[in-house]
Amino acid sequence: MLNKIEFLLHLADNALIIGHRNSEWCAHGPALEQDIAISNISLDYIGQARNFYQHAALLINQLPHESSVSSPPATEDTLAYLRDASDFKNHLITELPNGDWAFTTLRIFFFSCYQYFLYQQLIQHEDAQIAAIAEKSLKEVTYHLRWSSDWVIRLGDGTKESYQRMNTAINALWPFTQELFQENNFLQPAKNILAQIQTDWNEKIKNIFEEAGLHLPEKSIQHKGGTKGFHTEHLPIILTEMQLLQRAYPNCEW
Amino acid sequence: MEAALNDKVWNILAAIMDPEIPVLSIVDLGIVRSIELNNQQLTVSITPTYSGCPAMDIISMQVKMCLLNAGFKLPIIKQILSPVWTTDWITDYGKQQLKAYGIAPPIGKSFDSAYLEDISVPCPQCNSTNTLLVSQFGSTSCKALFKCEDCLEPFDYFKCH
Repeated sequence: MLNKIEFLLHLADNALIIGHRNSEWCAHGPALEQDIAISNISLDYIGQARNFYQHAALLINQLPHESSVSSPPATEDTLAYLRDASDFKNHLITELPNGDWAFTTLRIFFFSCYQYFLYQQLIQHEDAQIAAIAEKSLKEVTYHLRWSSDWVIRLGDGTKESYQRMNTAINALWPFTQELFQENNFLQPAKNILAQIQTDWNEKIKNIFEEAGLHLPEKSIQHKGGTKGFHTEHLPIILTEMQLLQRAYPNCEW
Repeated sequence: MEAALNDKVWNILAAIMDPEIPVLSIVDLGIVRSIELNNQQLTVSITPTYSGCPAMDIISMQVKMCLLNAGFKLPIIKQILSPVWTTDWITDYGKQQLKAYGIAPPIGKSFDSAYLEDISVPCPQCNSTNTLLVSQFGSTSCKALFKCEDCLEPFDYFKCH
């Protein structure tokens, strides 16, 4: 049960943090339509995070009393707003600052591609609620993947500057991609399923890169630790901003 | 539940409009999954269109208020995710209402076949199919933005989902 709760928090943290990052583009997008697009994508992510947090809270509150002595009931809000950076289990790639439009769209491409194959596996999860959230989210992620693929192709196969910016983004983001497929301490998904997701991911990235005239980087250093609570310095900064209101005025309501 | 009461509840729900698309009732939108009455306790199950749809909380509240007004004591509004909502559940009447309101209704059945670039969406104003996708995301999560090349009007398209 504890493994499942940790896994749910991991899924929720991933969606919340990348959703928060993308929402920073709201009102700063390069064109009105793209501003609306990325704000809508952020909204989908936050919605997915809410579903996962709600389910995690339900399971936490069902735990035997000793394991949650004197702590108030968990809710989606306590899980999002009252946990510290070292409690967060998101992948490092979700917390990196937005950079330019190439970095932002490439990150969504890498990450939504991972989610696209992950959620397809989670539809068969033994927990019916996880399966239901995955099925719902997959429809949304399909649009995210399609939108971000279009941007990778457009910028890779665009001007000299856009091509160069895309390459800079690839070199900056690639060291954070392999953490997605690493076995984690909550042991979900199973190792063979992670390997399958990785194979599917590699194939999709290769195809879109080919169409965009981009190349995969040579082997590089790979960063990891997010799922264990070891984060970059950027996560506490996000949380400071996101959690400020609940930390300063506990239990305040809109 | 007896038939008369059943009809009464459905009629109440059919008068509640989507806050973003005020011509479309939540019944025509296809988000009402079931109504159950057990020992005076009414439970209405609704399913969200998109995970992050901000309208869901407002809709839940509206349903609750309308049922309270109609004399149902403490109705329970349940949000369920499965079976997952699809645009196939929008009624034919709902699709007509969308078009009349200026939003092109979803075309086709299956989600996967509905690549936005590959479909021709008729303009809800002049019916021309000479239209162009401007953005895959429109004013809300459930819509895409199109432009008509003949009457030059921009319009929303309710995406297949």
